[in-house]
Formats: sequence, structure tokens, C-alpha cells
Amino acid sequence: MLEIRNLAVSIGDKPILQGIDLVVPSGEVHALMGPNGSGKSTLGYVLSGRDDYTITSGEVTFDGVNLLDMAPEQRAAAGVFLAFQAPVELPGVNNANFLRTALNAIRRAHNKAELDAVQFLKLARAETRRLAMPEDMLKRNVNVGFSGGEKKRNEVLQMAILRPKIAVLDETDSGLDIDALKIVADGVNALRGPEFSALVITHHQRLLDHLVPNRVHVLAQGRIVRSGGPELATELERTGYAGLTAEAA
Amino acid sequence: MTGATGFLQRYAGLRGLLPGDSALRAAAAAAFETAGLPGGTPGRRIEAWKYTSLRPVAEANFRPVTPRHEAETILARLPLLDAPRIVFVDGVLRRGVSVMPAAGFAPFAEQPDFGTLTWPDREPMVALNTMLATDGAVLDVPAACDGGLLQLISIVGGETDYHPRHSIRLGKGAQLTLMEVSAGDGSYLLNTVAEIHVAEGARLTHIRLQDEGLSAFHVSTTYVDVQAGGSYDSFTLNIGAQLSRTEVHAQLSGVGAIACLNAAQILSGSQHSDFTTVVGHAAPGCTSRQTVKNVLAGRSRGVFQGRIEVARDAQKTDGYQMNQALLLSPYAEVDSKPELEIFADDVKCSHGATVGALDSEQMFYLRSRGIPDGEARSILVRAFLADALDAVADETIRARLEAAIEQWWERQEA
Repeated sequence: MLEIRNLAVSIGDKPILQGIDLVVPSGEVHALMGPNGSGKSTLGYVLSGRDDYTITSGEVTFDGVNLLDMAPEQRAAAGVFLAFQAPVELPGVNNANFLRTALNAIRRAHNKAELDAVQFLKLARAETRRLAMPEDMLKRNVNVGFSGGEKKRNEVLQMAILRPKIAVLDETDSGLDIDALKIVADGVNALRGPEFSALVITHHQRLLDHLVPNRVHVLAQGRIVRSGGPELATELERTGYAGLTAEAA
Repeated sequence: MTGATGFLQRYAGLRGLLPGDSALRAAAAAAFETAGLPGGTPGRRIEAWKYTSLRPVAEANFRPVTPRHEAETILARLPLLDAPRIVFVDGVLRRGVSVMPAAGFAPFAEQPDFGTLTWPDREPMVALNTMLATDGAVLDVPAACDGGLLQLISIVGGETDYHPRHSIRLGKGAQLTLMEVSAGDGSYLLNTVAEIHVAEGARLTHIRLQDEGLSAFHVSTTYVDVQAGGSYDSFTLNIGAQLSRTEVHAQLSGVGAIACLNAAQILSGSQHSDFTTVVGHAAPGCTSRQTVKNVLAGRSRGVFQGRIEVARDAQKTDGYQMNQALLLSPYAEVDSKPELEIFADDVKCSHGATVGALDSEQMFYLRSRGIPDGEARSILVRAFLADALDAVADETIRARLEAAIEQWWERQEA
């Protein structure tokens, strides 16, 4: 279970998150919506441990452990995964080697035996097929020359292979066509179970049609201004954020 | 006796015994006596040696004695290819460990050829080589012949100075891939001069791996002349020596000639490596390409000086220069000095330089996937290096260079 209590975060002197309270129980998928610049991506980065931010107050625990004291790789080993809104290109780094290194680092952290190249490729090929991705994606350099949609699918592939306990998906649906959107949703749905939870950052109702959330939260000006069931997403699609932003101000 | 005086005294004792044109040697000795070692005379500054001083060479006491070292052991660890190899041990051709090519080779000791391109009067280290050279490779690939792949290897040791002299000539339409490897053990000086002629339509691929002992000095000066439609495609990997200087003068003399002078320098500790080029575009429609990548750890220093000279009638010249450096430590330093001297009016010449530490976004991306900090750094450095080797088209050769880099990397991690 992810528990965020009164989290306030700034970049330099500029406050971005101003007291977030959010609980995502195990087994649940929550959607996080809200206007641009409201702090959604910042929350994702702070959860996965990017150090460009100053945490001015609050705490974040995952299954009772304080996440904020941990290095990014320790959080990954604890089961936190961030699907980047803009996945980073790694020229000269082979995608399969990258994925195997990551998986083995996490397995090592859990005292599990590492997978050799053959074992890993078997697993990676199966996941690639399941996500209807071309197999040559494994042979290419990480995200280099990938289309926008391929980059997003590569994030989902990483998630499928690393099998996190909680995934934060930062606008993984943006820029995807209907088929790719369904692949992304299926990727998350396949992981759904009592041990898995997800925080899905999105602007669109569309993704939530395929990936029905347990709860929907609206972030505006660094605060959660409203929470509700899946019907809240439908309502926002109709009314926009204008009313909510005014409430927050 | 140390420094320039020591070299001159040695020459005085040997002058009647050295092979080749004795007048040329005497003139070189006079030039060397006037110039001294670059950086060896306090207060005297040479612009071409702005970032590199040979003062440690001037202060070293080289002794012309046969060193005791295991040439075979060093040979065994080198990333050699299954092809003919000409091996010089302590500056002397060693036929026993060589695999001689079928034709086209003579040792300089038997067939001394000082060539026509070098400038002993302008380059002190070339003067020093001309004065003291005793052996080297004289290679001749006749017109329209494919010389295949040939390895030229130097293994030296001790606290001695060596001055190999190579001459490489490709006739019209000839081809050759030359892999030059230098390695050793000790605080020696290897001061090589090579003269290369690429005739019309000929193609020379020249790969160099400088993997000298870490207390050695390595100076290499190459003069290349490329005739119409010919191509000189070179890649230099500098990973060894405490101080090294690779200097290439490439003259594009015929229409449509091509020169690629690519390099990677991977340094740590207090290593210093200088890659200096002068490309002369003397004819129209010629192309030059230079990408020089540096990976600098510790207190190491990488230098790239690239000069492009475009003559008045060298229209449609296409010249490109790029120097990139990855600094792995706050104490590492890179110096980049591009110089363009253009007298023609219809040319395309560009140069650029980038210097940086590891990309923080890439680091975070890797770490967010569970890869620990040290491992993530290692992945990104290797990626930068792999990219540097992209200029090497031959996959077998590239694999050998990758193996040499891997050895370097293992030394760092040890």
C-alpha cells in the first residue's frame, strides 16, 4: 500500500506540490487527473526518487517502509516503477541488455539467482509477443529512433518484465492510437492482482474505458482537490477542470 | 646525459653506422639541436605544442641498452587478428614472431627510405627520428593490388628510446587495411614517423591501437598524401602511455580525395594524450572527416588540435571536425583547438565541440529501473565508447578494439 501524507515539494524556491494526501491500497488502480502544470509528473518523479526536488514536508511510505530515504534503485527493488512521460534515449545501450541488467539488479536485491542471456531472452520474447511489439525492439538501442508510440510501449514492456508492485504511469496513453492504447491498458490489466497497484496519470477518459480505475483523483495547483469513483473521470470529460481549479484557488 | 643533449651525443657516436642518407641525418641533427624538445627549454613556446610539453622526456635518462622483458607475453595479450603481422621488438624486426606478408615488405634497416613529405626542420620530433631511426617497415602495394589486412606491431621495454621509421606506398587503385598496434612495458620513448602515399583511386584503412605501458612516452607523426579519388581512412585508439602525442598531416592533393582522421582517447590517472591534425585541402572537391572522442577519468587530460587549410583553388571542399569529451571526474581536463584557414570561397567547413559529464536524466532512468549507481555509470561510459568505435567499419577489427577497451575498463574497476 502506498501512503502519501501531507507531501510538499518544491524546485528551488518554487512550490510544486503543496500538501498531497493520497492512499493507493494494494490491488487497486487509481487515476490521477488534472490540468497541465498541476504537479502530476512531479509526484511521479518524487515517488521514484529523482533528486531535482526538495521535499519540504510530509512522508511517503510503501508497505510501511519510508520511500523518501531510499535511492532510486532501492525503490525499484522495493517494487516502485515509473513509466516515463518522455522515455529517455540511451544511444549505444542495447535494449535487451538494459532490461536484463535491470531485472538481474532487482533479483540480486531479493537474493534471487540472476537470469542468463538465454533465460532472459525467452522471457523477454514472450512479453514482447504478448504486447504485440516487434521482436527487433529488443535488439535496438534503448528508445533510440523509436516512434513516440514505440517508446511508450517499451515502458510497458519494462514494466511487464520487472513486475513492480506499484506502477506510476505518467501519460503513457498520450500520443497513442486506439490499438496501442489497448495494448498499454492490457499490459496493466495483465498485472492486476492483489499484490499490484497502479497510479495512472492521464488527461483522457479513453484510457480509463479500458483500464477501469477504483478511484479517480484530481490534482490542481499542487493539491488533490477532488476524489471519486470512475464516474468522476466521465464528469471531468464533460465539464473540464475549470470549476475545480477555481475551488482550489 | 639527459634531454636533447643526450640524443645528440648518441647520434655523434653512431653517425657513421646508421643506414640511409647521412646528409639528411646530419641536417636533421642540426635542426634538432636548434629546436630542442618541445617544452624542454624553459621560456621557449611552440604554438603547435600549446597543450603538450615533452619536458618529462627532456628530463628522462634514456639508456640505449637491450631491456629484459617478455615480448611474447605482451604479444599474447594483444588483440591480434588472424592475418600477416610484422613485429618489431625493441625497435628491431623480429622475424621469429612475425607472420610475413607474401610480398611488398622490406625492413627500413635494409632499405632505408626517408621519403619526401616530412619536415624535420619544422618538427623537432621528426628531426629526432630522422637523426636516430634504425629500423621500421617499408611497405609497397603495387597498382591495382589488394594488400588485404596487415598488422604492424611494436613491442618495447626498458628505459630506452626508439625511433621507428615507416614508409607505406599504395599504387593506383591499390587497397590495404593496416592495423598498427604499439604496446610495451617500462618508461621508454617510442617516437615513430610514418610517411604514407595513397595514389589515385587507392584506399588505405589505417587503424591504430596505442596501448603503451602506463609510464611510457609515445610520439607518433604521420604524413599522408592522397591523390585524386584516393582515400585514407584512419582511426586511432589511445589508451596507454603516461604522455602521448599523435600528429597527422594529411594532404589532399588530387580532385575528390578523402581523409578520415577519427580517434578515441580513453584516459585515467594522470595520463595525457594529444591528437593533433593538419589537413590540407589542396585540390577541389576533397572531403575530410574528423571525430575525436575523449573519455577522461581521474586527473587525465585529452587534447585535440585540428587545423584545416583550404587552398585558393580547393573549391567544393567539405571539411568536418567534431571533438567530444566525457569527463568522469571534476579534475579531468579536455583542450580543444580547431583552426580553419580558408582561401577558397565555395567551401563547406564545420567544427564543433561538446564537453560533459554523464547525463543526469540517463542516470536517473537507469537507476529508476533498479540499476545501482556504479553499474549505471559503467553502462553509459561503455555506450559512449561503443559509439566512438562506430567509425570503424570492419566488425572484426572493431571487436578487437572493443576488447582493448574492455581491458582498460577492467583496469579501472580493479
